[in-house]
Amino acid sequence: MHLTKEEERTLGGEDGETLQKAIEILVALGDIYGADRLIPIKSAQIAGVSYKTIGDAGLEWISDLEGKVKVPSILNPAGMDLQLWDEMGISLQFAQKQQKIIKAYEKLGVTSKCTCTPYYLDNFTLKYGDHVAWSESSAVSYANSVLGARTNREGGPSALSAALIGKTANFGYHLDENREPTISITIECDLTGSDYAALGYIAGKTVGSRVPLFFLQNEPEGDELKALGAAMAASGAVALYHVDGVTPDARKMKYGINNENIIIEESQIREVYDKIPDNTAQTDVDIVAFGCPHCSADELAHIARLLDGKQVEKDVWVCTSREVAERYPQFVDKIEKSGAFVVCDTCMVVSPASENYKLMMVNSGKALSYVPSMCKVPARFGTIEDCIKEALKGTGT
Amino acid sequence: MGTKIKCRSISRGVAQGRVLISHDAISFLGNVDPKTGIVVEQEHELYGTSIKDRVLVFPHGKGSTVGSYVLYQLSKNGVAPSAMINIESEPIVAVGAIISNIPLVDRMEIDPYEVLEDNVMVKIDSQNGYVEIIDECYKLD
Repeated sequence: MHLTKEEERTLGGEDGETLQKAIEILVALGDIYGADRLIPIKSAQIAGVSYKTIGDAGLEWISDLEGKVKVPSILNPAGMDLQLWDEMGISLQFAQKQQKIIKAYEKLGVTSKCTCTPYYLDNFTLKYGDHVAWSESSAVSYANSVLGARTNREGGPSALSAALIGKTANFGYHLDENREPTISITIECDLTGSDYAALGYIAGKTVGSRVPLFFLQNEPEGDELKALGAAMAASGAVALYHVDGVTPDARKMKYGINNENIIIEESQIREVYDKIPDNTAQTDVDIVAFGCPHCSADELAHIARLLDGKQVEKDVWVCTSREVAERYPQFVDKIEKSGAFVVCDTCMVVSPASENYKLMMVNSGKALSYVPSMCKVPARFGTIEDCIKEALKGTGT
Repeated sequence: MGTKIKCRSISRGVAQGRVLISHDAISFLGNVDPKTGIVVEQEHELYGTSIKDRVLVFPHGKGSTVGSYVLYQLSKNGVAPSAMINIESEPIVAVGAIISNIPLVDRMEIDPYEVLEDNVMVKIDSQNGYVEIIDECYKLD
């Protein structure tokens, strides 16, 4: 790997131990994956935030670092709402550890905003061809696929290293040759809303870590693409996909159908909605959770409209980033007047508070993949309207 | 001076220790107790063995990326391996080794499972990219 004189000096330790370690990580990953050099990045999104995930081991490492990040840097969702953790049922002990992790990142100059949708936030919007070092799998998929930016799926230490150096190693999805589709998927039925999450849930299992090119009957919108990509990154390891005629790389490159083409039938999509998890036939849904990935303004508006003037009978979480929630107090008010809870900084997948429930209903293919394994809570899938209906059950509305 | 075998450097540093061979991949999160350095996964080939101060030879890491931080904890608790040799390193162990100051090499020119065995004393010099076998006739009976 070719390094500039300045990078060599950092590697030699002249800029201190933290930066030496950081560049050593970037160079090691570059060597493992055959990168030719380091390239500048526009922003970083750092994984390894929830105390539930990184524990004391991670907290110790982050606390020992010194220095300041060189590019706008933001965090993955934390294990709790950083303000209303008590209302979520989070223990004081967990909350204190979580706050320590956030403080340790703040000390390094990282913006203490915790979200899987940084692309909605000021300073983190992306243009076609921008290089970034992002971590959260759905954000990586959205940046690569929907925005046409370029990022690998960074781990916590590699994203933080990239943030401290302001660069990342040039391999994987930063390079043209790794962005071409390697499998195509054809869908012959019409899709709308959460159908895209169901499609992603199914497709991810077949696609694994390949780059799929979709041929669809409809033209999906941003939130639908977000749901598709998030589900595929969870049920599979898809970090980049294309939709013929829709996503920026596909529009520019005009890829043709691949030799390997699979067809997903309407009945397969239906099965995702109809599936009742094992041993839950007699169990009532006791929580309905939206916002995996974190809600956009449109999604908040849609949920607010559906809940307007109604009272929920079950716990309802609407997960979003604090910045988006603060931008749209009118939607937040409407949602909270119904008794639902607008949860910021975290989500149903990464918060230990999910473990307090018996059966969760979601409109997210990603949550459907992860909640049963990571939170040990079975999950059912429905449209946004199905989910609201479930939340209102018993009120006669 | 012992035999020197060329290899690729992943985490830089120099260390010496007795070899501990694992043919199984290692997930530091879950397989190893960060307080004691003892392998606690019952299904693992090294179950019950301490990796403290050993030159740990294993094919590659696996499992959660939190494994990188566990290597850091092992190191802070004084129970980390003194160096590691992989067949092919992947990011979890590579990152963990770097943040913990544990020398790590891979792609030895001769298969480590052919030339190394448990308790042989070796020196890892990943500044200069070699593994040196110090006491070739040493064997623990």
